[in-house]
Amino acid sequence: MTQSTPAPTDPPAADSTAKRALVELDNVNKHFGSFQALKDINLTIPEGQVAIVVGPSGSGKSTLCRTINRLETIDEGGTIRIDGKPLPAEGKGLAQLRADVGMVFQSFNLFAHKSIVENVTLGPIKVKGLKKSQAQEEAMALLERVGVAQQAKKMPAQLSGGQQQRVAIARALAMRPKVMLFDEPTSALDPEMVQEVLDVMVQLAHEGMTMVVVTHEMGFARKAGDRVIFMDQGAILEDTEPESFFTHPQHPRAKDFLGKILTH
Amino acid sequence: MNGFLELFADYDIFGAFWMNIRLTLLAAVGSFVLGTVLAIFRISPVGSLRGIGTAYVNTIRNTPLTIIMVLGVLAVWGQLKIEFFQDFDLNFFTYAVIALSLYHASFVCEAIRSGVNTVPLGQAEAARAIGLSFLPAARLVVLPQALRGAVTPLGNTLIALTKNTTVAAAASVAEASGLMKSMIEFNPDLMIYIFLTIAIGFCIIVIPMGILTTWLSDKLAVAR
Ligand SMILES: Nc1ncnc2c1ncn2[C@@H]1O[C@H](COP(=O)(O)OP(=O)(O)OP(=O)(O)O)[C@@H](O)[C@H]1O
Ligand SMILES: [Mg+2]
Repeated sequence: MTQSTPAPTDPPAADSTAKRALVELDNVNKHFGSFQALKDINLTIPEGQVAIVVGPSGSGKSTLCRTINRLETIDEGGTIRIDGKPLPAEGKGLAQLRADVGMVFQSFNLFAHKSIVENVTLGPIKVKGLKKSQAQEEAMALLERVGVAQQAKKMPAQLSGGQQQRVAIARALAMRPKVMLFDEPTSALDPEMVQEVLDVMVQLAHEGMTMVVVTHEMGFARKAGDRVIFMDQGAILEDTEPESFFTHPQHPRAKDFLGKILTH
Repeated sequence: MNGFLELFADYDIFGAFWMNIRLTLLAAVGSFVLGTVLAIFRISPVGSLRGIGTAYVNTIRNTPLTIIMVLGVLAVWGQLKIEFFQDFDLNFFTYAVIALSLYHASFVCEAIRSGVNTVPLGQAEAARAIGLSFLPAARLVVLPQALRGAVTPLGNTLIALTKNTTVAAAASVAEASGLMKSMIEFNPDLMIYIFLTIAIGFCIIVIPMGILTTWLSDKLAVAR
């Protein structure tokens, strides 16, 4: 990673407190049986913020993402609000609120039996009730934006990993989400494909998208991140600006963690 | 060999096979529909539906088909006097189709469920993440892939169903194996030829199914 050059950071979101909170986690705990994967998480992400989540393997980063769009339930007593609305229990309301939260997975998870453009239009047609022609038009514009419009008619397996991940981003964007969650979006990619995906994400960040990004890509964190959240053993141990996190980590476990990933 | 060709004139062998084919086609549709519903029950997030699906499969799959067939005729028709049609043959034909459908639905359900296991969990999660609730996610994303992964076990179930239509004889349906029995009864000297005729008849029906299954399973496989 580029640790020597101090990457240009965007002006820190100083006015972020004034912006409305898009994602709010209050007192969130999560148990898998007797194992506690999330411990007392309190987190507010204002509109337009790019929050980078880092931490050792098993620290609960994926679980945190998955609770935000309720792929995992949380323990009683905690609440998660998206744009002020509490996540409802299963059912239609939940499905609708989920559409406000875009999710990009480590393993892309494109629908394997559908073409690239169908992957992007499925949600808008079936969830938002868009007309097929309109959905297709919008999908092509999005595919253009992430640079895979040429591949629109192909099947996912015919694309490279980097292309698939960019399609996955387009698929999530097609729902016009208020916030986008990325769970290690580049860690399943061959090294030469990492940058093309990060470029799309940087662009998205600069356009003002609210993002929660689990990643160990320090370059990206410095370039696009407004904030770094360091997790360990299910708890948030540090929550600060990227530059200060990478140069002056406070918590011993954060130092330890940085030491490990920076020597790679 | 004497008199063998006369058998074709004396008995409606083709008509009897046609009966097996009709039983197969109708029960294939019936068991596919019911089996799909059961499979959806078994993968649903609702515990009670999963329970119903599991109980159905475990009960029906482990009951001999003959018993289901005879129970239908003796209990439902004989005791409860439920009649679908005035016409005797048509009524028993309907009973046979229902019994075959109920029985094979449990195998269809398990075939589809094995297909569901070939679909990575991430597919359903991605479907949920774009805002599809359980049924649309199942219908649009999981089942289409599961069915492609289930072509071989579904084909095997269809082949088993085809041969199991002979059990409809227990419900007095005039099909090929029943006909074989009466032909042998009246022409014991031709037994081996009669037997071979019926066996070859079933092979002619079933072999293409096997070929079709193999071909479809390759053609429809989902590339990952
Ligand atoms: N479905 C589950 N059932 C039981 N335990 C689970 C489940 N999912 C996650 N865990 C446990 O919860 C902890 C946190 O997992 P999580 O996947 O959130 O970690 P992570 O920070 O994303 O790790 P990684 O960097 O390896 O992706 C781990 O110890 C994991 O074993
Ligand atoms: Mg993870």
